Amino acid sequence: MLIKQLSIFLENKKGRFTEVAKLLGEAGVNMSAFTVSENSDFGILRLIVSDPDKAIAVLREHLYAVSIAEVICLHCPNRPGALAKAMEIITEAGIFVEYMYAFSEGDVANVIIRPDNLARCAEVLTANKLELLAASDLYKL
Amino acid sequence: MIWNETMECMDREEMRKLQSIRLKRVVEHVYHNSPFYRKKMQEMGLVPEDIQSIDDIVKLPFTVKQDLRDNYPFGLMAVPMSEIVRLHASSGTTGKPIVVGYTRRDLGIWAECVSRVLTAGGITRNDSVQVSYGYGLFTGGLGLHDGVQNIGGTVIPMSSGNTQKQIQLMHDFGAKALACTPSYALYLAETIHNSGIPLEEFQLRAGFFGAEPWTENMRKELQEKMHIKAYDIYGLTEISGPGVGGECECQNGTHLWEDHFFPEIVDPKTLQPVAPGETGELVFTTLTKEGMPMIRYRTRDLTHLIYEKCACGRTAVRMGRIMGRSDDMLIIRGVNVFPSQVESVILELPEFEAHYLIIVDRVNNTDTFQIQVEVRPEYYTDEMNKMLALKKKIASRIQSVIGLQPDIRIVEPRSIERSMGKAKHVIDNRKLV
Repeated sequence: MLIKQLSIFLENKKGRFTEVAKLLGEAGVNMSAFTVSENSDFGILRLIVSDPDKAIAVLREHLYAVSIAEVICLHCPNRPGALAKAMEIITEAGIFVEYMYAFSEGDVANVIIRPDNLARCAEVLTANKLELLAASDLYKL
Repeated sequence: MIWNETMECMDREEMRKLQSIRLKRVVEHVYHNSPFYRKKMQEMGLVPEDIQSIDDIVKLPFTVKQDLRDNYPFGLMAVPMSEIVRLHASSGTTGKPIVVGYTRRDLGIWAECVSRVLTAGGITRNDSVQVSYGYGLFTGGLGLHDGVQNIGGTVIPMSSGNTQKQIQLMHDFGAKALACTPSYALYLAETIHNSGIPLEEFQLRAGFFGAEPWTENMRKELQEKMHIKAYDIYGLTEISGPGVGGECECQNGTHLWEDHFFPEIVDPKTLQPVAPGETGELVFTTLTKEGMPMIRYRTRDLTHLIYEKCACGRTAVRMGRIMGRSDDMLIIRGVNVFPSQVESVILELPEFEAHYLIIVDRVNNTDTFQIQVEVRPEYYTDEMNKMLALKKKIASRIQSVIGLQPDIRIVEPRSIERSMGKAKHVIDNRKLV
């Protein structure tokens, strides 16, 4: 249920993301989802890939600063109010969300959530019959 | 105008005689009253009698900044502390400042020297001078302050900062001259321009700028923007402070007041005197200081001396533009910065690699001070807040050590060039020479 996310430190310079994408592509690693959090001089690229261990090895070999964070992926219908319901549950459980990002496809949506309390978050969501995507399923996307 | 014609226009042979008498006196003084200098002289087998004229100065030992640090705080005083009436200090590499002490007579001579500079720039007892150098341990503020009072002028003791008020009072009080760093002067000039107050409403006609290197282009810009004459005022804390020398109306070299501060130019490698007129490291011996005399103090400033009589009538030797430093000290916004200070902070913090790069530039007439650092792999985190906290931590540590806020850039691992030999830690993109 817990998903390994790669976080890569990138300077705000031309071509940095291009190089990451190229390296992963050459290594046969597919990206399922990503987001970038940035400020004026650097960014943190958060990435979910088909083969996290391989991706880490390739990136570290090329001297990238890569850290691993665990996240969960909420799988819900792509319709009005679906996310609100999940967020209410999280908020009521007193869980703080550090960041989240999402992607949707057709009538389903996947929301990647990094809460301050991972286990508790997963617990309340499943207790409320919300579906969390397994890592193996997400990596395949 | 000349403040002290006897000294400033003295025949050069007469000046050498005076310097000889004064050198003998100061050597006797330090030999008998400064354990530091007595030891140094004894190690070289020197006694005061070995110094009979100014030509004998080459026999004497050199003094370097490290000597001042090693003897922190009062080890170089050559009088009892009861005779010291003021202390000043400037920042040092290890957080320990360099301390200097002045007797009442030392302060009088300092004020005399500043008076010569102000008078050479046309300032009289009828004029007011806005002193926008920082007041405090820094010698700039109080040094100029005493000089203005000494000629009977009116001091406007603004200190630095609070730019809007600087301009309002400069305008309302009718300041005739401004004394500050040249980069702050440019900032003031721009602020005046943007304020919409017509330049004609200001009385300003002279500026005394120093404490950091500046160029002929900056002079041109300052003179045009403020309708003033911009004069260089030179000095360093170790020797006394601003006013060791200053420019006259010819603006063709900085006159040094060599009846008090004897200048030599030496080759920084061999420490031998260079041929007259050649460029080398400027070395000063204080000829009249009581509190903390300096014998052959190595300024690390690279320049040359001009002994020909100046068109203004002064015979006092002139110093050319400072061409650089013989050490790695940087002057950024008037603050002395040694790369080793930055390095010591970085090495103290476990989150950072020992590699760093200082990049200095001048943008809109203000020095920029960027430091690139690498975070150790285990400290790169997924959380933006933590990364920003790292940036803040190192910035505030550096600020507390050198007194200047750096722009910290965290860069990717191993992106700072690793050198096989001597690492390059500084890129100075300012075009100052």
